[in-house]
Amino acid sequence: MVVLFKTTDNKKMTNLNKIEKSALFMRKKILEISHNCGISAHLGGGLSMVEIMAVLYTHVLKIDNSNPHWPQRDRFILSKGHGVLGFYSALLVAKIIDEDEYSSFQTNESNLIAHPVMNLDLGIESSNGSLGQGLSMGIGIALGAKIKNKSFKTYILLGDGECDEGSVWEAVMLAPQLNLDNLVAIVDYNKLQSDGGKVIDLSDLASKFEGFGWDTYNVDGHNIERLLEAFEAEHVNNKPKMIVANTIKGKGVSFMENDNAWHHNLLTKNKYEAALEELKENYGN
Amino acid sequence: MEINSKNARLWSRLGSRAVFGQAMLAAGERNEKIMALSGDLGNSSGLARFQQTFPERYLNVGIAEQNMIGVASGLAKEGFNVFVTSFAPFITLRAGEQIRMNLGYMKLNVKAVSIGSGVSMSFLGNSHYGIEDAAIMRAIPNITVVCPADCVEIVKVVHAASEFDGPMYIRLTGAVNNPCVYAEDYDFVIGKSITLKEGKDITIFAHGTMVFESLEAAKILEDQNISATVINMHTLKPLDYNAIDKALSTSKAIVTVEEHSVIGGLGSAISEYTSQFSNNPAQLTLGLPDKFGKTAEYGYLLDKYRLVSNKIAIDIVEFINERAKS
Repeated sequence: MVVLFKTTDNKKMTNLNKIEKSALFMRKKILEISHNCGISAHLGGGLSMVEIMAVLYTHVLKIDNSNPHWPQRDRFILSKGHGVLGFYSALLVAKIIDEDEYSSFQTNESNLIAHPVMNLDLGIESSNGSLGQGLSMGIGIALGAKIKNKSFKTYILLGDGECDEGSVWEAVMLAPQLNLDNLVAIVDYNKLQSDGGKVIDLSDLASKFEGFGWDTYNVDGHNIERLLEAFEAEHVNNKPKMIVANTIKGKGVSFMENDNAWHHNLLTKNKYEAALEELKENYGN
Repeated sequence: MEINSKNARLWSRLGSRAVFGQAMLAAGERNEKIMALSGDLGNSSGLARFQQTFPERYLNVGIAEQNMIGVASGLAKEGFNVFVTSFAPFITLRAGEQIRMNLGYMKLNVKAVSIGSGVSMSFLGNSHYGIEDAAIMRAIPNITVVCPADCVEIVKVVHAASEFDGPMYIRLTGAVNNPCVYAEDYDFVIGKSITLKEGKDITIFAHGTMVFESLEAAKILEDQNISATVINMHTLKPLDYNAIDKALSTSKAIVTVEEHSVIGGLGSAISEYTSQFSNNPAQLTLGLPDKFGKTAEYGYLLDKYRLVSNKIAIDIVEFINERAKS
């Protein structure tokens, strides 16, 4: 078993353990549903965001799983809409959706398809799938909260690929000017997009956001402790926070890691069993 | 805002955008959920006083229409009714997919307003004209599309939109010295057309600036013994099918007149509906041609494209005569 963190603080240790277990559970459920649905799914980008989502849905987000409509809930928007495997598995771990709902993934007329469809009963705030739009909506939500003196926070998860979209940078320019210290954006920087790596070389993404005035963190996106620190840090100078999470596409399954064939692929029975075996070796039961 | 003949004349002189701004100010005073966003065209949209009066409910997002639609949509999710403004192509085409996702797919409570649609931007050219904006907005599910006839109707539309929970596209045609259709208050209901003149021979459906021109054309037609019904089809979607049904059963010809391309606008919308029936009256579709033409003064262009009352009347007479021969 890989030791992901070392700490002496008991409470923190308990939190980290809990998040780590959630992440492992999510990975298993991602593989299971990808195999069971019998058609291709966005595995690579779903697996790269698992720790980010486990930290959010196990620890950071203030949500009430018995009332997804709770007005004071923190908002989460999956701007990288194809990352649903990492999203639905987080909704499952947070008990916002149940196993039956989860099992309907990519079946006819399911609520859970390859991109989020707005459905607050299931904890899904917005419809996505067209890239480069989530951050703009997040700014609007965060601004609305400011105007109405509401204390919830808004979290937006972007992919690095979607940062090719000009609309992302329109939003990146605006948010710091509005002093939205209730807005947190995360980029799942797995450095591979649909057609591969360096299609547009984003290189030092954190410096770019910093240059636009964001309170920026550049962390290992699979290190739960580092992610937690970034999420829990106070916003500097009332600025919105940007967490560049450096990740590995396909993380957790060696034959998927950094292999873009797994951007969108079918998980056959043999591959599924091999992947599960690897998870067991790497993370234990 | 009191609607009377004096104000109607005053608003007509001020023009579409200034009156839109005044109507927004009134809406903002009446309803604290009203917000206004602009893509650096706040002044051009008549929103300067709204901005001064409600600084916390106004935002210039910069020249970034795509982001503007997204930010408006986030605000709409938090309970605001958000009006966003820009020129027709920038809002419907540049940010068209954002409108599709947020207003269409998610049905968020955003009112996309295009200022200076049609060819009213005159020498600013085709880059700024709204030729195909209604066609695009009309094709997206869930979006209500409205095009007010004159400045009084702009006031009525903004009032209605400020109380309407759902996405809308509001298309402002005309400029300063906008022709007056209305001089007194009347009932305005989104989706319900208004019969301005009854006639027994033909029915003319129009929206935006062409409502006035159609009324004037109908007067000219009277002199030639053609009696025309004129209908203000201010809502292009949802269409008022009852009004079309009535025209189908009572008129010898249907004419549509619009300051929009002949492709995809009101003419298309009506023929999409009527084509399911047999033995329909013939339809004449008048509008802007399917081309990027030369740039000129607004009035010159309307005349060139035969969207002025006397030429509309001539074309209708010719159409009726041709049909009579065949």
